[in-house]
Amino acid sequence: MNFTNFGRYILLLKSVFRRPEKLKIYFKEIAKQMDYVGVGSLGLIAIISTFIGAVMTLQIAFQLVSDFIPKTIIGSVNRDSSILELSPTISAIVLAGKIGSAISSEIGSMRVTEQIDALEIMGINAPGYLILPKIISGITMVPMLVICSMFLSIAGGYIGGSISGAVTPNEYIQGITTDFNPYTIVVALVKAFVFGFIITSVPAYEGFYVRGGALEVSQASTRAVVISCISILVCDYLVTQLLL
Amino acid sequence: MIEIKDIYKSFSGNDVLKGISGTFKEGVTNLIIGGSGSGKTTLLKCMVGLHQPDSGSVLYDGRDFTAMDYGERIEVRKEIGMLFQGSALFDSMTVEENIMFPLNMFTDQTRSEKLERVNFCLERVNLEGKNKLFPAELSGGMKKRVGIARAIAMNPKYLFCDEPNSGLDPKTSIVIDELIKEITEEYGTTTIVVTHDMNSVMGIGDYILFLHEGKKFWEGSNKEIAHTDIQELNDFVFASRFMKAAKDKF
Repeated sequence: MNFTNFGRYILLLKSVFRRPEKLKIYFKEIAKQMDYVGVGSLGLIAIISTFIGAVMTLQIAFQLVSDFIPKTIIGSVNRDSSILELSPTISAIVLAGKIGSAISSEIGSMRVTEQIDALEIMGINAPGYLILPKIISGITMVPMLVICSMFLSIAGGYIGGSISGAVTPNEYIQGITTDFNPYTIVVALVKAFVFGFIITSVPAYEGFYVRGGALEVSQASTRAVVISCISILVCDYLVTQLLL
Repeated sequence: MIEIKDIYKSFSGNDVLKGISGTFKEGVTNLIIGGSGSGKTTLLKCMVGLHQPDSGSVLYDGRDFTAMDYGERIEVRKEIGMLFQGSALFDSMTVEENIMFPLNMFTDQTRSEKLERVNFCLERVNLEGKNKLFPAELSGGMKKRVGIARAIAMNPKYLFCDEPNSGLDPKTSIVIDELIKEITEEYGTTTIVVTHDMNSVMGIGDYILFLHEGKKFWEGSNKEIAHTDIQELNDFVFASRFMKAAKDKF
């Protein structure tokens, strides 16, 4: 995003947060979006998190070649990596692909078929009505998905370690319960909140300003996913630097 | 009454509207006509605020729309109904939900009152009982009629129609034209139709504004349009073989 686009993005956000015309209608939309973003993505996040946790256990075990390092460390490393980095970031990147492209193409299609113009002519704040429910669902449901992802990733590590024999269940449990710092959860939730905002607002911006037809809508979707992913990684670094 | 004064609009250095002025009368069907690229739709979009003119003003009953802030514009927009070229129906909603949408947003009516209004509007456009259909299940003509029903749901003072006949067969075009005319007369709306269809011009053009290359070339009624000596207008009016044959005959 160059500076002009960034300025337009900020101005769009200003319009998004204008006072809603009728709260009841907005609540209905928010509930719909929460269902789509949260419940609709739970299966995908569950599969990805479980396998990543299992693979992480195997890779940590493979790299721990020294007999002086206890195997319980596998559980500890898996726990901290899952909570601090893998669950928030991988979930966010996957969701940027799934939800981001859907948001961008939905709003983009509405733009090229004049549905957004129709909203504006009716006197409705189109950015608010279309984007605000999506942002609210993003900043609430993505942290919840990340919490699920943390549990499933750690559980995946347990299953992977037990099946492969890389670590015994007792050692793994001992590892994940030793020296746990609850602050890592706070860091992960802050990341999830920021990522939830990016995943919904950036694609909404790309869709909202589409000009042209079907080709431009698809290009905007691609751009939305790419920019969201890059923004997620940049913000990941910044939040980590600030909070740890 | 809607007045436009000296409207200029350009896009990336390309002048589309070059100082257009005019007065659209109350309770009649006003037409903006002209060839492709003459600036008709741009003028319409400037009038409803979808484009901001570079200079000039749009006055709704004396209120300067171009100088209004966001809140004031919203109030004027509540008095506007618009039929879009592609109908612009919300495709995630049924016909009923589409027409009910502005009522949900801006009125405190009960569900049964809103439903009564929806059914009245659907009856008015001859689409009774189509409440539960989605836009994807409708023909082009039906979509236009639902678009009109949605536009009149809030009893608008001003009705704008952008190319209401595009993509329709001649018979359906006449049905849509007559519907627009009837609604204008029944409710006394100030109706503005952008079109290049000569059938519409001859059928419903109470007041016509002819644009050519971004400038106003002529204004008058459909009774006068065939009797001018303006070359650009005659080229437009008699471009079709039918109109040319009619002119030669009479």
